[in-house]
Amino acid sequence: MQMSGAQMVCEAIIAEGVKTVFGYPGGAIMHVYDEIYKQNGFEHILNRHEQAAVHAADGYARATGKVGVAMVTSGPGFTNAVTGLATAYMDSIPMVVISGQVPLSLIGTDGFQEIDAVGISRPCTKHNFLVRSLEELPRILKEAFYIARSGRPGPVLVDVPKDITVEIGEFSYPDSVNIPSYKPTYKGNKRQIEKAVEAIKKAKKPLLYIGGGVVLSNAYKLVRQLAETTQIPAVETLMARGVMGAKNPLLLGMLGMHGNYASNMAMSETDLVISLGARFDDRVTGKLSEFAKYADIIHVDIDPANIAKLVDVDYPIVGDITQVLEQMLPLLDDVNTERYHAWREILKRYDELHPQSYVDSDEVIKPQWAIERIGELIGEDAIITSDVGQHQMWAAQHYPFDRPRQWINSGGLGTMGFGFPAAIGAKRAFPEKTVINVTGDGSILMNMQELVTAAEYKTPVINMILNNHFLGMVRQWQTFFYEKRYSETDLSFQPNWKALAEACGGIGYDVTTKEEFDAAIKDAIEQDKVCFMNVAVNRFENVLPMVPAGGALFNMMLPQKTETHGEEK
Amino acid sequence: MSGNINERRVISVVVMNESSVLARVTALFAGRGYNIESLTVAPIPESDMSHITIATKGNAKVMEQITKQLHKLIPVYKVIEHEEMVEKEMVLIKFPIAENLSDIQALCKAYNGGIVNVGKEMVIAQVADEPKRIKHFIEAAHRYNPCEIVRGGVVAIER
Repeated sequence: MQMSGAQMVCEAIIAEGVKTVFGYPGGAIMHVYDEIYKQNGFEHILNRHEQAAVHAADGYARATGKVGVAMVTSGPGFTNAVTGLATAYMDSIPMVVISGQVPLSLIGTDGFQEIDAVGISRPCTKHNFLVRSLEELPRILKEAFYIARSGRPGPVLVDVPKDITVEIGEFSYPDSVNIPSYKPTYKGNKRQIEKAVEAIKKAKKPLLYIGGGVVLSNAYKLVRQLAETTQIPAVETLMARGVMGAKNPLLLGMLGMHGNYASNMAMSETDLVISLGARFDDRVTGKLSEFAKYADIIHVDIDPANIAKLVDVDYPIVGDITQVLEQMLPLLDDVNTERYHAWREILKRYDELHPQSYVDSDEVIKPQWAIERIGELIGEDAIITSDVGQHQMWAAQHYPFDRPRQWINSGGLGTMGFGFPAAIGAKRAFPEKTVINVTGDGSILMNMQELVTAAEYKTPVINMILNNHFLGMVRQWQTFFYEKRYSETDLSFQPNWKALAEACGGIGYDVTTKEEFDAAIKDAIEQDKVCFMNVAVNRFENVLPMVPAGGALFNMMLPQKTETHGEEK
Repeated sequence: MSGNINERRVISVVVMNESSVLARVTALFAGRGYNIESLTVAPIPESDMSHITIATKGNAKVMEQITKQLHKLIPVYKVIEHEEMVEKEMVLIKFPIAENLSDIQALCKAYNGGIVNVGKEMVIAQVADEPKRIKHFIEAAHRYNPCEIVRGGVVAIER
């Protein structure tokens, strides 16, 4: 069928089953937007900043497991999108970003709104394309979606020169792709799996180390089955919260810099780490030479480059977690679960000794209380997104996540400003669910223009601002490591949050007591409008436990040992 | 593989012959802080692929990462870390015509080369040999006051 390049872009999006596209038009992509105007195969959400559009597509992808799509124009439109691409890249999120480019004849002339998009995005995309002719456009679009979602997922950029979007040519969308150089390994090596199973059966203190790859692979049921069959205790990374389910007795909690005592001690004392889709991030391992020092390591990952990148691995298994576990589980039927009983008891004792706790207050709202409270009030029905900072860690520590994809945050890149647009993306995907963006007074300002987007599209996201009038996490480090020199972290000057939300078509709540908190949540859900819930929390609360950067996991700063409650100054 | 941090290695990368593929490969080295000592690239005859030969330095762990990261690039078809290989490098070298040309000729011959061009004031010699021997050749050639030396980078093939 004959059609323009712009039409081809729209047809490909429809053919890939994408229902929502996020974006922002501009000169170089106008022809595509003209086609968007004419079609009704997908909805387009006009974000108010390209970065937000990409984060929204990212939130959509994380919530659904499908490829998120964002569209931006050339030059500044593209450079604004870079943070979004990098965020998705670091967390392996399937996404296709389509950017307009100046016409082919102008490329390389420093034309108006020209930028080398493929050059800039090379280190922060899984792959990228500059389309050089109309003939290759359908193939490239097909490959972009395929590369984004297959193997270790990731964002793919397709940069389309403006003249190609106007040109008319034959459109035939390929049914399949053939990239001879790209063949991800899904099935695990049988022999390696057998060896790993033997190691599990011999171990005395094995530990499941669950990472975000389990979420990406949709393998959570199999992971739960593995834990259930073997009765091996488990720890989750920040990106894996929800995999085991908060109530699962085998789950010790999150590990790493802000992991709990039992999790970090488990990792320090285990004799066999069973790593599933985790990448041994420095925020998890702490001091590498002390990390799982007494353990052999089974490392399952779809990306061979992740295996043995930081630690020596005894049983490397390259493959998709789902397929590897399907191969592995039948071999573990006869495992003696009693074997690990003593180990579980030790860990139980650790948890009793230093549970994940905080000292609540009647005078001031504690941020941890706020998180727990939304867990009690909404629990498993909610999708929680977060920005980056203390609030993110409190949410990860204290929210009772019951399922994967319920918790959406920027783990690898740590992007402030991610939470709100990601929440919009998640809410478009699941309009029936309550979507709460847990944020801070620092983070929310980084994409607050999305209030307008959310109001226009009636996308009622609750932004719960845990407001401590600080750039909290940096302030916490300044407290511990810079003798309380609070250099440029004091955010005492604040906007009128309520008025700000209202000015953009939403609702605002100022919350200072627990009663007001409950009332605000209830009202926000009833009103069904985007809102800012400005919650005044204890100013000097710290995220604990904490492993100082580069320290060993077992050297934790615990709540009891610090003077963090109440005002300090 | 030895743990020597500065051990020299030669890697062949077979890539799909598409635009900016070389940039992807070199950007990977730059972005991850790996060193490139020499790099040659040319299309593989009768195929839609190119052969890149990279000489680099690093310990076993770094090399493993380089190989794995190269594999991750979508257009990379094959990565060969050479253990047993034939390695050659070419060098072009320009001498003043006033130097002793028969000595130069004899020297070049010893290193698998010869004089390839004679001009009014300059003579150009070419040598193709193992990189280590090329180094020795250049040292020896300094006696004849070379005014320009251009090294070509390593090409390698598995034995």
